[in-house]
Amino acid sequence: MARIVGIDLGTTNSLVAYMDKGTPRVIAGRHERAMVPSVVALTDNGLIVGDPAKEHLTRNPERTVYSVKRFMGKGLADVQDELAYFPYTLTEKGGVIRIKLGEKTYSPPQISAMILKELKLRAEAFLGESITKAVITVPAYFNDSQRQATKDAGMIAGLDVLRIINEPTAASLAYGLQQRTQGTIAVYDLGGGTFDISILKLKNGIFEVLATNGDTHLGGDDFDQLIADIFLADIRQQYGLDLKAYPDHMQGIRLEAERAKIRLSEELKTTATLDLPEGKGWFTRELTRDQLESLCNALVERTLGPCRLALKDAGLTPADIDEVVLVGGSTRMPLVRQRVQALFGTQPHCELNPDEVVALGAAVQADILSGGTTDMLLLDVTPLSLGIETMGGVMSSLIRRNTTIPASAKEMFTTYVDGQTGVDIHILQGERELAKDNRSLARFRLKVPPLPAGVPRIEVTFLIDANGILNVTAKDMRTGETQSIEVKPSYGLSDLEVERMIEDSFKFAADDVSARKLIEARLDAGALIATTEKSLADGGHLVNTEDIASIRGALSALTIAKDGNDPRTIRARMADLEQAAKGLTVAMLDDSLKRGLQGKKVSEIA
Amino acid sequence: MDGHTHHHTSDRRELQMARSMCWHCQSEVSGEYFCDRCVKVQPVSKELDYFTCFGFPRRLSINQQKLETKFYELSRAFHPDFYQNKSDAEQTISLGNSAMLNTAYRTLRDPIQRAEYLLDLEAGSVKEIRTTPPADLFEEILELQDILDEFRASDRTSGAAAALRTQLQSERATLEQRQRDMEAQIQQLFGRWDALQDRGEATEQARAERDRILKEMRDILSNRTYVKNIVNDLVATIA
Repeated sequence: MARIVGIDLGTTNSLVAYMDKGTPRVIAGRHERAMVPSVVALTDNGLIVGDPAKEHLTRNPERTVYSVKRFMGKGLADVQDELAYFPYTLTEKGGVIRIKLGEKTYSPPQISAMILKELKLRAEAFLGESITKAVITVPAYFNDSQRQATKDAGMIAGLDVLRIINEPTAASLAYGLQQRTQGTIAVYDLGGGTFDISILKLKNGIFEVLATNGDTHLGGDDFDQLIADIFLADIRQQYGLDLKAYPDHMQGIRLEAERAKIRLSEELKTTATLDLPEGKGWFTRELTRDQLESLCNALVERTLGPCRLALKDAGLTPADIDEVVLVGGSTRMPLVRQRVQALFGTQPHCELNPDEVVALGAAVQADILSGGTTDMLLLDVTPLSLGIETMGGVMSSLIRRNTTIPASAKEMFTTYVDGQTGVDIHILQGERELAKDNRSLARFRLKVPPLPAGVPRIEVTFLIDANGILNVTAKDMRTGETQSIEVKPSYGLSDLEVERMIEDSFKFAADDVSARKLIEARLDAGALIATTEKSLADGGHLVNTEDIASIRGALSALTIAKDGNDPRTIRARMADLEQAAKGLTVAMLDDSLKRGLQGKKVSEIA
Repeated sequence: MDGHTHHHTSDRRELQMARSMCWHCQSEVSGEYFCDRCVKVQPVSKELDYFTCFGFPRRLSINQQKLETKFYELSRAFHPDFYQNKSDAEQTISLGNSAMLNTAYRTLRDPIQRAEYLLDLEAGSVKEIRTTPPADLFEEILELQDILDEFRASDRTSGAAAALRTQLQSERATLEQRQRDMEAQIQQLFGRWDALQDRGEATEQARAERDRILKEMRDILSNRTYVKNIVNDLVATIA
């Protein structure tokens, strides 16, 4: 079976990991950095992703998309409150947010697909093989539309998404693999834009999620914004300058706020520095950890409510929790650690890098799916109740939150009027009494044969699969015929749209010949480096030290070029290496010929 | 063997008949989850009851530890994670079986759901049971409804509201105690039911005892649901 990689598609950073002989490892890019900033920028040379795109946040803010995860599976009305904070332009089409980049608009899954493609390329260059299958993580509290949008992103990126797995449970797999823990654990996952809490029972390799809760709109980004707001107020007061009119400086403030926050996890006070527009010079401000903590206290408090609810749903008290695991970069904040420790009464674990642990867990899950790891099994739950709208706009719950998935429920439908040929069904997700207060997932019309009222009997099966994604099928109980249902997602792309986006992405890929050339050059370079090193090891004694030195020199030149972005340079350095290694190649050929002749003689004698 | 049990044994045989052939190699399978010959997973029959699914007799007392162990064992057999490299047909069966297994586990794990499920199997749909107030609590509940209405209409900051709240809290304690009592009664019925099944008598008395237990169980479950709903309403109101 082809290799399956694990991908953590994060709000601020994304990573790809693979399983290396029973150990999950993240794949680093240049400068040994495993994290790819989840940023896409439109430049004069086309779309770029990751670290180079991040540089455009301040240079080119209107054309640089970040935190796109916040828009997955959403409509414009859902994000109205925060629109002012984003320098790029958002619109809506067919219930799905679109992001304007230059002349074109892109759906959030398309932008996410660009990040996924970057990770795919990175994995392909590192592993030296084509990657087409992946496990992708999502916040546990993601609803059906958000999960579906993530799956769509994978498809658009040319990845077969074999499983969508929850981030906190992925982390627990990575920890479980490492420590072979037994008992009840709580995973507290505070990322860039989302918060999750999951309570699990670990026993003999089974990871059974008892309850999960969270807030898909709470994360490190929000802390940064609070800090940035203080800077803004100070600048307005001191310089009479409203930086909101300068999108590039707004991004600068946001990034400096993030850096100050990170520094304050290590230090007790720090100084933030920002250059001001209009030749106003530099703004500096001292920020202490105490100030930061009183600023962020309310946000951290907000994470504790979901923790208590999850405990309650699991039928547990804090004393029942044996271990607490911290996940996500924001859990580096001392305040977060203190609060979590106070709530659960136990020192939280953070042995594994909180930035990497989710990707590592995704790689473990990928290995389970490919049949490599067979002793571990994750039994996850659906985070939100699923139901349908009934008479009077009330939601009738079919599958309760925290039900182990796969989960299914059947409901029988009939008609109220003679000759009625359809029944409209509105699927919802959420915990509120009234349909209008819950998330609308989809609507569809059940086809019914024209018969007297009450005679038709159509059984509809709602099945939540192991990805937490809903599948609907219907069966006419009178004829036994099943009917295919075309579901119109409320906040998602239609199958047709996804197909078109996949085609588009192939077209872009074709336009992007240089990207393809780069991958191929990197792959070829990797192969050449490997064979040359093997030749050196096997036949190094056949050539003189000068030759060896020049081969080594060409090798390191190629290694550097391979990490670069220019396929022509890589090809040139490959040619150099081949030239430098010519003597060695010839010497080894001669040597093997000689041995071959010797061998022949021996056989002739025999 | 009692007539009723016999009836269910034959039922079970029919179920196995309905899926006596492997969907893949057409060889005979006798109710196992995997075909002996081609080792393909077999779909769990939709009519298979949850007790049988776990290989348990139809008893109400269940060892939670054994239930969990069996659940984990069957999860390892059916979970879609282990069917990624298999055919579409096997993946579909794995998904259906897992969903059924999860429902079965959820139902059997909780004593109340388990009892309702058994009633459903033995005496028809529980959905038809109306929730009724316990006869002896009827007056008290009517009075409680009045206090609740009064509290809802009151100014929450007033002294009168505080007095009502105290009264409601004491009512809540009483009702919660009552709920616990009923749960203990249900536990007792579990014992009576299991003992009757273990004796396996086919006498007139045994049948009468069976019907009595089921009726008592239905009544207590109905009362308990009623009280539980009232308590939930009360908690939500005074929160």
